[in-house]
Amino acid sequence: MLVDLSTVRHIAKLARVRVEPEQAEALVGELNKILEWVEQLDQLDTTGIAPMTSVVERSQPLREDIVTEEDNSEAILANAPVAAHGFFVVPKVVE
Amino acid sequence: MTSPTRMTLAEARDALAARKISAKELVEAHIAAVEAARPLNAFTFETPEKALEMAEASDARLAKGEAGPLEGIPLGIKDLFCTRDVPSTAASRILENFRPRYESTVTANLWRDGAVLLGKLNMDEFAMGSSNMTSAYGGVENPWRAKGSDKKLVAGGSSGGSAAAVAARCVLGATGTDTGGSIRQPASFTGIVGMKPTYGRCSRWGVIAFASSLDQAGPMARSVRDCAILLRSMAGHDPLDSTSIEQPVPDFEKALTGDIRGLKVGIPKEYRVEGMSEELERLWRQGSNWLQAAGAEIVEISLPHTSYALPTYYIIASAEASSNLARYDGVRYGLRVEGATLEEMYDATRGAGFGHEVKRRILIGTYVLSAGYYDAYYNKARKVRTLIARDFRQAFEKVDVILTPTTPTAAFPMGEKMDDPIAMYLNDVFTVPASLAGQPAISLPAGLSAEGLPLGLQLIGRAFDEETVLRAAGVLEEAAQFSAEPAFIAAA
Repeated sequence: MLVDLSTVRHIAKLARVRVEPEQAEALVGELNKILEWVEQLDQLDTTGIAPMTSVVERSQPLREDIVTEEDNSEAILANAPVAAHGFFVVPKVVE
Repeated sequence: MTSPTRMTLAEARDALAARKISAKELVEAHIAAVEAARPLNAFTFETPEKALEMAEASDARLAKGEAGPLEGIPLGIKDLFCTRDVPSTAASRILENFRPRYESTVTANLWRDGAVLLGKLNMDEFAMGSSNMTSAYGGVENPWRAKGSDKKLVAGGSSGGSAAAVAARCVLGATGTDTGGSIRQPASFTGIVGMKPTYGRCSRWGVIAFASSLDQAGPMARSVRDCAILLRSMAGHDPLDSTSIEQPVPDFEKALTGDIRGLKVGIPKEYRVEGMSEELERLWRQGSNWLQAAGAEIVEISLPHTSYALPTYYIIASAEASSNLARYDGVRYGLRVEGATLEEMYDATRGAGFGHEVKRRILIGTYVLSAGYYDAYYNKARKVRTLIARDFRQAFEKVDVILTPTTPTAAFPMGEKMDDPIAMYLNDVFTVPASLAGQPAISLPAGLSAEGLPLGLQLIGRAFDEETVLRAAGVLEEAAQFSAEPAFIAAA
């Protein structure tokens, strides 16, 4: 078994996803099954093979470092669950 | 004249240009069809008023002789595309109230060319799925039924709403997106044509991201020609997407010459998978015979790393998804579930907003990217991806296009395979390799299964050679004469 309940809880915490206890139990089995299945890749010798970064073989395009957008804070905040005074509002993070 | 919803997109375009029908009449007929097709659950949001407004503007431009290439053509848009002031939810609860204040480049290109928005189309949540059953809005019903059965079948996924709407004649065409088969598999399940262009051909800007190195938008319609017409409008370089390629967009329709004499067609032996049904093998052979009869040369080829494509895909796609979906934090847009601290708010928001399949992929992705596992899983998969791309590069030194089946089976009943993620993933066994390598690929209906359900064939081409893919697809389409219709058709 590759992952156990505590590993599932740990990665759920890393991913910031709340997982209910019964869901976590089910995920142990599902994740193990998927991870065991992907382990077939170990049959392949990939020594000296470069990992692919992109199927598009080209250098990163650059643009002039200039401001291209005007002030559109109203549009940016339009979908915020909570906004005030031109800012996103979050729970208190400093005491 | 053929009923407006029975026309192909090309026929409707020509009828509009000849003033045999107005954009308003065409759009009104399709609005009625969208309403009639509600039992399929293909739409997440209908935009009839907007459609009528756009149709009136189209009629004005048609009258002035200023019509665009898609003037007055009613389309459905997969809900993964951001459409300005129209809900764009990726079929996820976490985006249920999201109304973007901007337009995706692909849809902006379609409106620039005169197309009309009928509504947003259902899909698997965040495009993660092969059945459309992971949608927060519920599954999409396939308009087809197996012979002598009343069982509801899946429309495929993730672009299941797009596929069902096109097949049921509610829209003349639709946009889809394809990460591992999400255009081609549902197209195959519903007897329509769907094309994933080369990675980089269509801008990803404003398309809600799933796996950025794989996601690509493409057309879904009832003929190869209709897909060619749509792709020309959708494609093009966009400075807002750094992976979008600066290449001129050809007039893809002109590629449909019907002449494939001397074309070399590869048949990859590794796609003859264990347990492939006799009828699918027969259809594949039939497809190769049709191309040969039209003057193509059939060449047996090998893509040796094919069987490793699916596990490679699930590592890479999940890793990218876990990173892309980190943005749903309850702060900037979408759902927010309050918590006492910032961290609790994140946990609660994401716990409530994401469905089970999405959570599973985020967790897999987080795991394969975490310290100690990054090399063993993520880097390993990226190396195998290099090998898979090399397989295609070597094959295309010998052949011009590759012919395979699109899916291992026809559409299956709704609710099946839900408890076995790997059985569900196997739907994409023939479509994932081309996605990993970035090749353009099309699925078109080539015949019916013994149960009377559509089966598709796939053609894969060289990067940025959609024209050859379309030309060969046009020849197959002509030979197959696929004229069967689904059990459910939206309007007269």
